[in-house]
Amino acid sequence: MRCEELADHLAAAEGGHLVEPTAQAHVQSCLRCQAELAQYRKLLRALRTLRTEVLTPAPGLVSDILVSIEAAGERSAVRSALRGRKLAYIGGVAVAGMAGGAAALVLVSRRRMRLAG
Amino acid sequence: MPDELGGLVTAARGGDRSAFEALVRATTADTYTLAFRLTGNEEDARDVVQETYLRAYKSIGKFRGDAQFSTWLYRITANCAANQLGRRKRHRHDELFDDAPLEDLAPEHDPSAQAEATNLRNQLTDALEGLPPRLRAVVVLRDIYDLPHEAIAAELGISESAAKVRLHRARRQLRERLFPLPGEEDEAHAV
Repeated sequence: MRCEELADHLAAAEGGHLVEPTAQAHVQSCLRCQAELAQYRKLLRALRTLRTEVLTPAPGLVSDILVSIEAAGERSAVRSALRGRKLAYIGGVAVAGMAGGAAALVLVSRRRMRLAG
Repeated sequence: MPDELGGLVTAARGGDRSAFEALVRATTADTYTLAFRLTGNEEDARDVVQETYLRAYKSIGKFRGDAQFSTWLYRITANCAANQLGRRKRHRHDELFDDAPLEDLAPEHDPSAQAEATNLRNQLTDALEGLPPRLRAVVVLRDIYDLPHEAIAAELGISESAAKVRLHRARRQLRERLFPLPGEEDEAHAV
């Protein structure tokens, strides 16, 4: 294996450790690739240190977020109220329809009984 | 972001809006930091953070708790940042916000070591901001925030192998700029 072929392995080394045995064997015998791998380890360590840094946002961000959440909450409440009314309306129409049907049946059956009597 | 927020998360999942607001207050700076690192500018970072919490609020009921809340929030942030950068692609501006205040949560006590570490962190921050956004996103999410390749690929809308290729390319560019080997110095300074 040549150094150029190893470039991807070195950049892919998680925690700076090589998995592929042929890559490991090459690095053991190549000072340049050893140096490159060491530089990747330094890079990964340096990147890790950024995890402890926290940027402070400009004032007002938290309140902007809370306002948008409140607005979303209100929209959702309005939607569910409308959904509830719609269901009540459909339910009302269905009940009225059924009641009308039942009344018609009663009238028809009474008329038939009168005619038969 | 410490995950000692379990009680708040449970209450928020049950629909307690004040618990969710407490979660927002506790995590905004960390979410903003990730958003800033992904987008590279304050305006986009603010938009991404707002969108992140709005989406988190709408879907907190679906959060199962099998991942840490912080990891869940990072994934939403990554997805929102990818969308934001996609929208901005045509008229992207890459100004550097050098005046963004930095707060070190784990300061060194040795002044010379601290100065050296600060210098390296500043160089690294500059190098990260100099990366193309699509490369920057994967290296930030993987090497700083420790998200798995699979999650990164899912949130950025790319395949896992594409995420790995971008990661290796990003690492190589950062390494050549910050820790050049003999023969690479001229190229690194020319960038």
